[in-house]
Amino acid sequence: MADAVPHRDFDPLSTGSFRQRILSKTSVYMALTIFALGYLVPLVIILINTLRPLDEIVRSGFIAWPHDVSLQYWGEAWSTFCIGGTCEGVSRFFKNSLMMAVPATILSTAIGLVNGYVLSKWRFRGSDALFGIITLGVFMPAQMTLLPWAFVLGKLGLSNTISGLVLVHTVQGLSFTTLFCRNYFVNIPDDLIKAARIDGAGFWRIFRRIILPLSPPIIIVAVIWQFTGIWNEFLFGTVFTSGANQPITSAIVAFSGSGTGERHYNVEAAAVIMAAIPPLFIYLVGGKYFVRGLTQGAVK
Amino acid sequence: MSSLLIKDLRKSYGSVEVLKNINLEAESGEFVALVGPSGCGKSTLLSIIAGLESVTSGEIRIDDILVNDRAPKDRDIAMVFQSYALYPTMSVRENMTFGMESRHVPKAQQQEAIDRVSALLQIEPLLDRKPSQLSGGQRQRVAMGRALVRDPKLFLFDEPLSNLDAKLRIEMRTEIKKLHQNVGKTTVYVTHDQIEAMTLASRIAVMHKGVLQQYDTPKMIYERPVNRFVASFMGSPTMNFLDARVARSESGVGLVLAAGDGSVLPLPSGTFSNLAPDRNIVLGVRPEHFSPAHEQRAERKGGQSVIMRAKVDMVEPTGSQTILMVTIGGSDAVIACEPDHAPSQGDTVSFAVDMTKACLFDPATEQRL
Ligand SMILES: Nc1ncnc2c1ncn2[C@@H]1O[C@H](COP(=O)(O)OP(=O)(O)OP(=O)(O)O)[C@@H](O)[C@H]1O
Ligand SMILES: [Mg+2]
Repeated sequence: MADAVPHRDFDPLSTGSFRQRILSKTSVYMALTIFALGYLVPLVIILINTLRPLDEIVRSGFIAWPHDVSLQYWGEAWSTFCIGGTCEGVSRFFKNSLMMAVPATILSTAIGLVNGYVLSKWRFRGSDALFGIITLGVFMPAQMTLLPWAFVLGKLGLSNTISGLVLVHTVQGLSFTTLFCRNYFVNIPDDLIKAARIDGAGFWRIFRRIILPLSPPIIIVAVIWQFTGIWNEFLFGTVFTSGANQPITSAIVAFSGSGTGERHYNVEAAAVIMAAIPPLFIYLVGGKYFVRGLTQGAVK
Repeated sequence: MSSLLIKDLRKSYGSVEVLKNINLEAESGEFVALVGPSGCGKSTLLSIIAGLESVTSGEIRIDDILVNDRAPKDRDIAMVFQSYALYPTMSVRENMTFGMESRHVPKAQQQEAIDRVSALLQIEPLLDRKPSQLSGGQRQRVAMGRALVRDPKLFLFDEPLSNLDAKLRIEMRTEIKKLHQNVGKTTVYVTHDQIEAMTLASRIAVMHKGVLQQYDTPKMIYERPVNRFVASFMGSPTMNFLDARVARSESGVGLVLAAGDGSVLPLPSGTFSNLAPDRNIVLGVRPEHFSPAHEQRAERKGGQSVIMRAKVDMVEPTGSQTILMVTIGGSDAVIACEPDHAPSQGDTVSFAVDMTKACLFDPATEQRL
């Protein structure tokens, strides 16, 4: 049992004379505040505009204090607004995105774990070369893969389906998850695997009982990385799906870019924020572990 | 009870031959220590016995059954690693049952084994802790416990004590010895530490650069090392090697130290009678075979000694004995003597050297003559 040690972070600004300390602290906090405002102001403006009626936005512009505040545009954006012929709001596309991102995240993470396990603990002739080839995918621009994927999806009959996107994102994500997991597992001592083999455990039993229990930090990293990446991804969604099968990112671009009639800035703003909520949520929940997982070794 | 036989074993990694023609056999219940300097292939040999590494050529037999191509789990061995390799996410109890679970041992029997072993190793209070909550010595015990819960044919230890502090190491050494006397399993024990090897083993295998130099009882390894490497590796402080030349006279064979005053040191009569006169030779004398000249220790035991004069350059008291760095003629040597009789720095003292215990080596081949 570790005793509760009062923990104090190292604070390099707390030295020097009183005046110096005040001065240095003030300047640091000022600089940080300015940067934070720079990042947050656009978000605040969009948030405010989700609450303002359209004519007010048109009259007084984007950047203005709201007068008639209403939540009705959130409702419209979610369930009744017409996008590309269907009038179901973004709810349908939100579900599409979930149906795409959740399975693709789970699959790519699971396969990445197994890949990493094999490539770090069951090396074979050529396994390093294979690892190199897999990680090449990390550096490959997505545009390059469009044509091959179009061909593959067509052959498999998965064009314009969510399943098709799940396949694309699972495979595209493998490079990352394999890289993460292998580099994490490399730090697990080989002796553990040897001991388990002598103890009579096989490939899967070692994976389940020894590797997986050590993996939560890297699983969190992979899940956050994959989920935010897949959710925010736009190119594949736009190219391989259309109409009612699009993920939310593509759908939002489709309706704001439709160009016919007037723009519903308030509803669009609400839709944009809805589209941003899941990655934000994931980050808020797991962000702490994300940083820890990226920097921590497997076994102390 | 089971025996181990290693025949003409070779192992290469790519073009590098790490083990060269190893032949070794251990009888049932024997305790074999594998010693040698770092990188000589001890761990590799152990891994091959365990089945964690493949052989390049040769045979491994356990109980006369060829196991070359058997998986580690089918060889019925237990191994204790230098790093202990305790499963970090499992409790001590789970660490010990993991192997039995893999082998589908009934729960009741598992419990019995845990009770027996944790009593033996006195780790009952630790059973529900995680390895990270244990001290080094406790981890070591648990690692042994994990090996002991099963009833394997062979125990393999890879430097199990090297991560412990000096005091704990000696305690655990004694415990391992007791344990082996109780359990009586055939054991192969890798160590750097020649004292561990001497105290524990029934036979010691000394390895160097992938070659098995000598495989014999601790006594023979110490008293009759086959070559200069074994002689210098076993024993601390290490054996002194003095260049000398063979001199023949009517009274028998003697040696003249190359860096000495030219006096002839007679060899015990009846030994080395076939040495050619004037041939060069290396005389090996262990530090403890020097004794104060007047005591005539060797003679009292029926041996024969010669007198050498040594100039004391440095005195290192260790408590139980005092180590003297000396020059004999022109060459450096180390002498161990009793603290009470230790000369002081700068003295020139006469020592009797027990020639019955001395070894002669060929300077070219380094083999013992
Ligand atoms: N996988 C490998 N590939 C290539 N060479 C290896 C491999 N494993 C070990 N070796 C080499 O084999 C030799 C013997 O290694 P081994 O680990 O058996 O030495 P050791 O006697 O156990 O040393 P130590 O006392 O330091 O543990 C070393 O020179 C090492 O570099
Ligand atoms: Mg080793």
